[in-house]
Amino acid sequence: MREELVTVRNLKKHFPLEKGFFDRLLVREHRFVKAVDNVSFSIMKGEVLGLVGESGSGKTTTGRLILGLLPATGGEVLYRGRSVISYSKKDMEELRERMQIIFQDPYASLSPRMSIGKAIGHPLAIHHLADAKTSKEICLSIMEKVGLSPAPFLYRKYPHQLSGGQRQRVVIARALVTNPDFVIADEPIAMADVSVRAMILELMMKLKREFDLTYLFITHDLATCKYICDRIAIMYLGKIVEIGPLKEVFSRPVHPYTETLLDAVPVPDPRFRRTHPMPKGEIPSAFNPPPGCNFHPRCYIAETRCRNLEPGLEKVGEDHYVSCMVRGSWGSRD
Amino acid sequence: MARILHIEDLRVHFPINIGTVRAVEGANLTIEEGEVMGLVGESGCGKSTLGLSILRLLRPPGRIVEGKILYHGEDIVRMGAKEILALRGGRIAMIFQDPLTSLNPLFSIKEHFIETLRTHEKRIETKEALARAERMLSSLGISPERLHEYPHQMSGGMRQRIMIGLGLILNPDLLIADEPTTALDVIVEAQFLDLLDDLRKRFNLSIMLITHNLGNVAQLADRISVMYCGTIVEVGPAQTIFDEPLHPYTQGLLASIPNIKLDEPELKLMRGSLPDLVSPPSGCVFHPRCPRAMDVCSEEWPKTAAVNGHQVNCWLYR
Repeated sequence: MREELVTVRNLKKHFPLEKGFFDRLLVREHRFVKAVDNVSFSIMKGEVLGLVGESGSGKTTTGRLILGLLPATGGEVLYRGRSVISYSKKDMEELRERMQIIFQDPYASLSPRMSIGKAIGHPLAIHHLADAKTSKEICLSIMEKVGLSPAPFLYRKYPHQLSGGQRQRVVIARALVTNPDFVIADEPIAMADVSVRAMILELMMKLKREFDLTYLFITHDLATCKYICDRIAIMYLGKIVEIGPLKEVFSRPVHPYTETLLDAVPVPDPRFRRTHPMPKGEIPSAFNPPPGCNFHPRCYIAETRCRNLEPGLEKVGEDHYVSCMVRGSWGSRD
Repeated sequence: MARILHIEDLRVHFPINIGTVRAVEGANLTIEEGEVMGLVGESGCGKSTLGLSILRLLRPPGRIVEGKILYHGEDIVRMGAKEILALRGGRIAMIFQDPLTSLNPLFSIKEHFIETLRTHEKRIETKEALARAERMLSSLGISPERLHEYPHQMSGGMRQRIMIGLGLILNPDLLIADEPTTALDVIVEAQFLDLLDDLRKRFNLSIMLITHNLGNVAQLADRISVMYCGTIVEVGPAQTIFDEPLHPYTQGLLASIPNIKLDEPELKLMRGSLPDLVSPPSGCVFHPRCPRAMDVCSEEWPKTAAVNGHQVNCWLYR
């Protein structure tokens, strides 16, 4: 059995809503947006877990909670079996070296006034890991590894002088400079062009082998998951509705939402044109989620109980869990 | 089939302080009546500029230096201001990537429709305008009561449907859709493509679908034009473009996109990046990145060749 590197248990993030005048007057209860609601999963050492969902599903918030960039409302995050809550300030700083994040937008996540070399070396300076001279050496070597060459030339450049693909490489280099073992990649290729996307994905896989990394790959694009993920978790309105090995989820999705999502992926081949129309409806507002199973208003197999009861994750196959009352009991269907 | 749009040797330049950006350089493109033409390319290849120049919406310093844009045989490039105004929205509609910036937050949906109608039909009565707007909304699957709402009250997918409704209210015969689904989520995107397909049949529309998303084009387009560095490098029927791409750029582009239905373990990479449009490479613009480049490729621009039902600009197919 492989080691669980990061485990998330009953993680919750509820953002309070601003109370209106009448709410105050009538002493109404505080209302919350449940951005992440009781999410549990674990990531094995060396694997890539894809966290997939539409905008507003809570996937980015989950990533931020794991890194402690946002305080959680409830639940816990364990790193190598130890709860992060119990960490002292010093332990936490060390943990931050071990866990890093690559953000979506390589334009917004680099300071325009910091040279490339300084940006990549910044985490080393923050964690007091190297003096100026060794820092430069480390930066140059990592720049070569992520394909920013000639490194000594690019070292002095500023973000505006680089292309989008190069900037994303800088962001990746900066995340890897402290030699982490867990990296959260939050939509790392969403802003990139088609040909650049493939390059970034390849680079991420190469670095994974070289640095022995574990990734949480947050994305809305199921098709790219295929090339990088070992397992995927599908999120809908703050909850995980299905989690399992990539091949299994792709070949026999159990949750109706996963089905719809897979069906919606545009296939670059006219032979695979959808012949049936997409079901109507959009992701509902998180302010006022439907009762019972969140997905029931859009679900084509919904039953009366789905409107009242909340389903939990049930095992439907080897390492494959689904949160659906109608199909959860399908576990032994073959 | 009649030819609704015919673009011939179009050149659009942006003279700026560091030189002239040749955004569109000798592009040829045709759209037959009732067809969906997919115009694909990476960002910066000039596909949006090409779309904007059809309605003469280019922002200065951008201007059409040369070429013809024949719409039902009339040259748009030579039209006067009045004729252009009648064309925009009236005969040719255009929708853009971001529906939120295209709608005015201070106007209700109703006011958007009335304004659009009044621009072209000055004497139209409010009552009639509203009736037409209501009919349009219901054909888009939006309840007519929502006419009184404002853009911020609607979801992204609904806003994009409003945009297309505004575009179609005057019964145009050509719709230019510039990355219409980029801002939308996967499921909403698929719903929107369904809607486009439905509308093209009901309104007898020809559509120019500008996008970098080859999946979308594969879903909707009858023919595909592949654009690279301001010029169209290959045109052909959708199925054969995907099955037997001829131009090395088309081949590279197709190999580098993820396909959920295929069983290949890795994506192929296309080396290099888009060249500088101020001083583009000599000869064929793709030669520095081309895996099959020959000596002649850096010397001369290849003429268009007709091969297997495709038009392709590449020295491999002389």
